[in-house]
Amino acid sequence: METTDIGLWGVPLAMLGGAIRVSTPFIFVSLGEAITERSGRINLGLEGTLVFGAMSAYAVAVMTGSPWLGLLAAALAGLCFGLFHGWICKFPKVNDIAIGIALMLFGTGLAFFFGKPFIQPSAPDLPAIPFGAWSDIPQVQAALNVNVLFLIGAALAVFLWWAFRNTRVGLIVRVVGDSADAARAMGLNPNTVRLLATGVGGALAGIGGAYLSLYYPGSWTERISSGQGLMAVALVIFARWNPLGCFAAALLFGGAGALGPALQSVGVTQGYYLFYAAPYILTLIIMIATSSPSRTLAGAPGELSITK
Amino acid sequence: MSGTHRKAIGVETIGMTMRFGAFTALDDVSIKVPAGSFHALLGENGAGKSTLVKCMMGFYHPTSGDILVDGRQVAIASPRDASALGLGMVYQHFTLVPSLTGAENLVISREKVPGVIDWRKERGELAAFMSGMPFKVPLDVKVAELAAGEKQKLEIIKQLYLGRNFLVLDEPTSVLTPGEAQEVLGLVRGMTKAGDLTVLMISHKFHEVTAFADDITVLRKGRLTGTGKVSDLTHKAMAAMMIGDQPIAALDSRAAPKPDAEIVLKVKALKAPDRTGLKSIDIADLGVRSGEIVGIAGISGNGQKEFLEVLAGQRARDQGEVVVRGAAYAATRAEARALNVRLIPEEPLKNACAPKMTVAENIAFRTFDVDGNGKPVSWISAGAIKSFSARLVEQFKVKTASLSSPIASLSGGNVQRAVLARELTGEVDLLIVSNPCFGLDFSAVAEIRARIMKTRNAGAAVLLMSEDLDELLELSDRILVMSDGALVYETPIAQASVQTIGEHMAGHH
Repeated sequence: METTDIGLWGVPLAMLGGAIRVSTPFIFVSLGEAITERSGRINLGLEGTLVFGAMSAYAVAVMTGSPWLGLLAAALAGLCFGLFHGWICKFPKVNDIAIGIALMLFGTGLAFFFGKPFIQPSAPDLPAIPFGAWSDIPQVQAALNVNVLFLIGAALAVFLWWAFRNTRVGLIVRVVGDSADAARAMGLNPNTVRLLATGVGGALAGIGGAYLSLYYPGSWTERISSGQGLMAVALVIFARWNPLGCFAAALLFGGAGALGPALQSVGVTQGYYLFYAAPYILTLIIMIATSSPSRTLAGAPGELSITK
Repeated sequence: MSGTHRKAIGVETIGMTMRFGAFTALDDVSIKVPAGSFHALLGENGAGKSTLVKCMMGFYHPTSGDILVDGRQVAIASPRDASALGLGMVYQHFTLVPSLTGAENLVISREKVPGVIDWRKERGELAAFMSGMPFKVPLDVKVAELAAGEKQKLEIIKQLYLGRNFLVLDEPTSVLTPGEAQEVLGLVRGMTKAGDLTVLMISHKFHEVTAFADDITVLRKGRLTGTGKVSDLTHKAMAAMMIGDQPIAALDSRAAPKPDAEIVLKVKALKAPDRTGLKSIDIADLGVRSGEIVGIAGISGNGQKEFLEVLAGQRARDQGEVVVRGAAYAATRAEARALNVRLIPEEPLKNACAPKMTVAENIAFRTFDVDGNGKPVSWISAGAIKSFSARLVEQFKVKTASLSSPIASLSGGNVQRAVLARELTGEVDLLIVSNPCFGLDFSAVAEIRARIMKTRNAGAAVLLMSEDLDELLELSDRILVMSDGALVYETPIAQASVQTIGEHMAGHH
């Protein structure tokens, strides 16, 4: 492929492409966390779930040759992690944040343990759709090569936004998340609802992990996640627990994450490591800018242990 | 749901007894609430009222006794059974989900909710249902944004929407203005008269019982101590049934106010953000003189809580000044000590105590770090704390198992007595009080009010914020009304009218 020099235009284009590529795991993890937190519980263990999902997806894809089976395996593994978290948290006096941190370390550790033999072999990738085929410019083609999971994630965000208002399940999750007493008065068992919500949240995080190992970066290494699962949790708060907000925030984070590589690709050689830190700096700035000492967060589910 | 004609049902209990271990909460109580009647259930805290209604609602399983619905014996094993029979309860604390709209709350509380909710159809049905209701409440607004009176109406609407036509109302007006209370109870009364509804109301307020109820039943210590038609009973007779022969603290007679007494507390042009951060409270000018009680009335959520928090140092102010005896006051410990400012906030266990620390430690919070002459000490004496607290516990009749019990283990009345003991000991020049008697029983209320009056007569300036208008009318020398974050009306007690105050509380002026 011959390279066409498009100069500094390469930076926003690479950021757009990067936003689409990098944001997908953020989308899935944050949507999963949004479901869990709307039910009144926080699962900080999604970082571990993400890494374990990445490992299991890669391993299954290597062994079976099918990336879709890998994806399924990652979702199942995530479901198990989520259900485990939800099950432990139903016991009285258990703190969901502490359990989340424990599960985060457990998930990454377990993934490293089982993942050792899969660092070398290569697995088939998840398919992407070349929306940029109309263009002759390779950078445009690269930027608009969109993975199907991104599209599924976008559709899922819209669906969840709709479902929180218009379905029985959506309303039940919101009731449980906002007032456990009201839920009990309706004959709902908050623990069961939260167990399932955490399970679904875990499965989505697992899918996010599968994207990491099966598409971008597209291989299994121990440094595959670098804290994306944790940032996705922060992103849910920034997005005010709104699925559409989660999607937009994930794009923003993805774009920020693509800033470093984009600058490097146009020949900036000094200080681009600083730009690699952009998502983390963005997280800090957002957290500071959206918090206030004198009022509680608007839209926060009333049962969350951090807002109570 | 809207088209069906509702029909009130009658409920009767026979020989209800409920024991928790060795403790008998309810002892052979039989009450009869005929269809279409408005029945009031009276009693002190712990008299067994809520145990009785929880047995009727299926939350508790009585040790013995029967329940009849429309004359037929029924088994109520769970709240679901009660609901199926048409029995519903409106709790003292709202059970609506704050972040959902009224319509969402109604639909999701239904027994059968479709998987996908067709809002167009549901809205139509709700509109038809609401058109047959005397209550008007906006259903498209988040419940958190409704006023207390609207929430209470929505709670009642929810029960009716769910097809329940025997309602237990647990102190339904405790968070409402007099106007709202009149309106809600009047509408409920209308529905019982029309034969659409039967009501059993738990209440403390005699004037409401007299105005709206047909019959009363009184419980004391788990036993039925009286019953009868409201028209045959005086308030005095009802009170006697409720409290028996225990002595009630009498209010000191009010010492004559001195119009030229020193202004102890001055608040000028005070601005502070409210709880949501969207609005602010704005107190233009307020003065409280030595030897008077200034009452601040208002519906909860109109900024009284924030105002108290500013005075207590719990909330930062944007601008304005608070002056106590000529000195700027920012509610630091040193200032409060130097100027003799004392504070009795609402929900004392939460706002004035460290719940897990002992009674003795809590009582000594103001004094533990100074010696007899007010000089700071570097070594705290546990013995001094104990003996100081023992004296106060004795003097203020705090009932506690021991001085070293955690204060959270005390009953509400005794927590408040302990806080009073701490705050009213020593010299008091300014006393700031908020809802001191909320949720307390008769004798505790009388005693606490008597103590506040005594403090006033001793020359303290008292600022009293209360949601209970009766309390304000009983204690205050002047009443101010707070609405939407500002003081909107002032009246001396001699000219105070409940009607006018209520209108200002509701913001109708």
